Amino acid sequence: MATDRSTASRLLTNRAFLTVCLFTTSLAMLVLAGLLISIFWQGFGTLSWKFITNFASRKPAEAGILAPLLGSVWVCAICGLVALPLGVGTAIFLEEFAKRSRFTRIVQTNIMNLAGVPSIVYGILGLTAFARLFGAFGNNTEDALVFGDEESLLFFRLPFGSSVLAGGLTLMLVILPVVIISTQEALRAVPSSLRAGAFALGATRWQTVWGITLPAAIPGIMTGAILSMSRAIGESAPILVLGGLLLVFNTPKNLMSDFAILPLQIYNWAGRPQEAFHALAASAIIVQLVVLLLFNGLAVLIRQRLQKPLQ
Amino acid sequence: MPTESTTPENSSATAASTAQHGHHVVIPLAQPASAPTSEPTGRAITVREFSSWYGSFQALKSLDLTIPAQQVTAFIGPSGCGKSTFLRWINRMNDTIPSARAEGTLELHGQDLLAKSVDVVDLRRRVGMVFQKPNPFPKSIYDNVAFGPRLHRVYTRGELDELVEQSLRSASIWNEVKDRLHASALSLSGGQQQRLCIARAIAVGPEVLLMDEPCSALDPKSSLAIEELIEKLADRYTIVIVTHNMQQGARVSDQTAFFFEGRLIEAGSTETIFTTPKNKQTEDYVTGRFG
Repeated sequence: MATDRSTASRLLTNRAFLTVCLFTTSLAMLVLAGLLISIFWQGFGTLSWKFITNFASRKPAEAGILAPLLGSVWVCAICGLVALPLGVGTAIFLEEFAKRSRFTRIVQTNIMNLAGVPSIVYGILGLTAFARLFGAFGNNTEDALVFGDEESLLFFRLPFGSSVLAGGLTLMLVILPVVIISTQEALRAVPSSLRAGAFALGATRWQTVWGITLPAAIPGIMTGAILSMSRAIGESAPILVLGGLLLVFNTPKNLMSDFAILPLQIYNWAGRPQEAFHALAASAIIVQLVVLLLFNGLAVLIRQRLQKPLQ
Repeated sequence: MPTESTTPENSSATAASTAQHGHHVVIPLAQPASAPTSEPTGRAITVREFSSWYGSFQALKSLDLTIPAQQVTAFIGPSGCGKSTFLRWINRMNDTIPSARAEGTLELHGQDLLAKSVDVVDLRRRVGMVFQKPNPFPKSIYDNVAFGPRLHRVYTRGELDELVEQSLRSASIWNEVKDRLHASALSLSGGQQQRLCIARAIAVGPEVLLMDEPCSALDPKSSLAIEELIEKLADRYTIVIVTHNMQQGARVSDQTAFFFEGRLIEAGSTETIFTTPKNKQTEDYVTGRFG
């Protein structure tokens, strides 16, 4: 015999679930807050303008992060500039142009798997593919072919060696699958009625993508891009394999410059026995968080620009 | 039913299909009473032994039908009877479904629409479509209407402004939106959105307008506005409308075709279909006994 569920017990269940959700949320918030507070507590004192404008040093009082900061910015900019067009283009092809076939299924499965590959594997790939160009110029990774003056912005050499270009491209490999998958999700979220509307007006596939689907998917694509860039800026393993340096005493001048990156600098300082370096590591983490926020802010700005606001 | 579409060379074929299915029907051409100046009115769309499939499922079974130009033709019938499928063949929207295929004759002003050589992009410019649910683009009202024309050629600002205004006027929505052309189309009500979609469709200058249950998502007042608009547009366009609303079909159309289970059961002038249908199934349907 069916019994009525009493209103009181249903409300009680509702309240219990709400409590559980609040508890899990506040747990996550607490851990994050604890982490941030301890970092600021440790690192705020050593944070100064000098810290940002100085190069690395053996003396904690004089050590700064200019080289890894600019190295991270260069590498992430290259990474983003290459990964976005490639990833968005691939996603558009897979979602809007390619017919469902065995081939596209294989590609799709592979992209899913690539997103789960440990980033250090990409480091090894980057080392082979970009730093050494598959050994096409012999085992000597030093400048086999050199174009232009080493000090100029247009300086270029083959193979790339452990340069910002090789670093950026290696990080691009790490985030490419994530960019593709998030862009595909964003494109799938565009209602098919909009595509049908465009096709019915005589739009070609390209006109539909460019005029309707892509603009509607931009917010989702940019959200994916932000997440990917956050990942890129925090990656250290692939750059370590590539031969990212720690004691760099100049800032990148061109695509072929040597570079250091913030996560490796933090790792290095945090691993030293002296307390003073631990404080520097915390300061560098604060700087890295700010850089991350700036990158994300830029992405939000681009998103708002591309979505022309309608009254 | 002697009509000009039963020409000697296909009469044997149609006779065969009549013998086979017993539903060969041709919509008699109404006399062009009001539009003697326009192109020779007559048949716009000719359909002979037209069948179509989704994979192995046969959605349409050997249709024979003539759709007259510059009149409103309504397709009625229960859900799943194939009327929307047929509509989507006329502008080849079914091309987007990989398993869809068709056989037989489907001609627009004598041009074979099923031929491989048909440029669907050009075809869809000539055959506009309005969907069941209003689907304005997430752009401004102006850009919604301008989207179609811009696809096909480059306009100066002035030309485009004029075209947008004309299209919005033709769709009887100009007065409601003229002060906020650059507001989002999504801020309009459902009925306004649907009239905007009609404006968008006529902005590319089609000959035929296909409407797939254009009022089913709208309230009665908005539906009425669309119906009045359809009557107005019939002076210039050949309109084919799929409807589930029998009264609406009776009100707006000149010709009616009744579909059932993938077959065309009966077609003729709307008055005949609704008052003295020849077929028992048609009678049951229009009197509301099933469907």
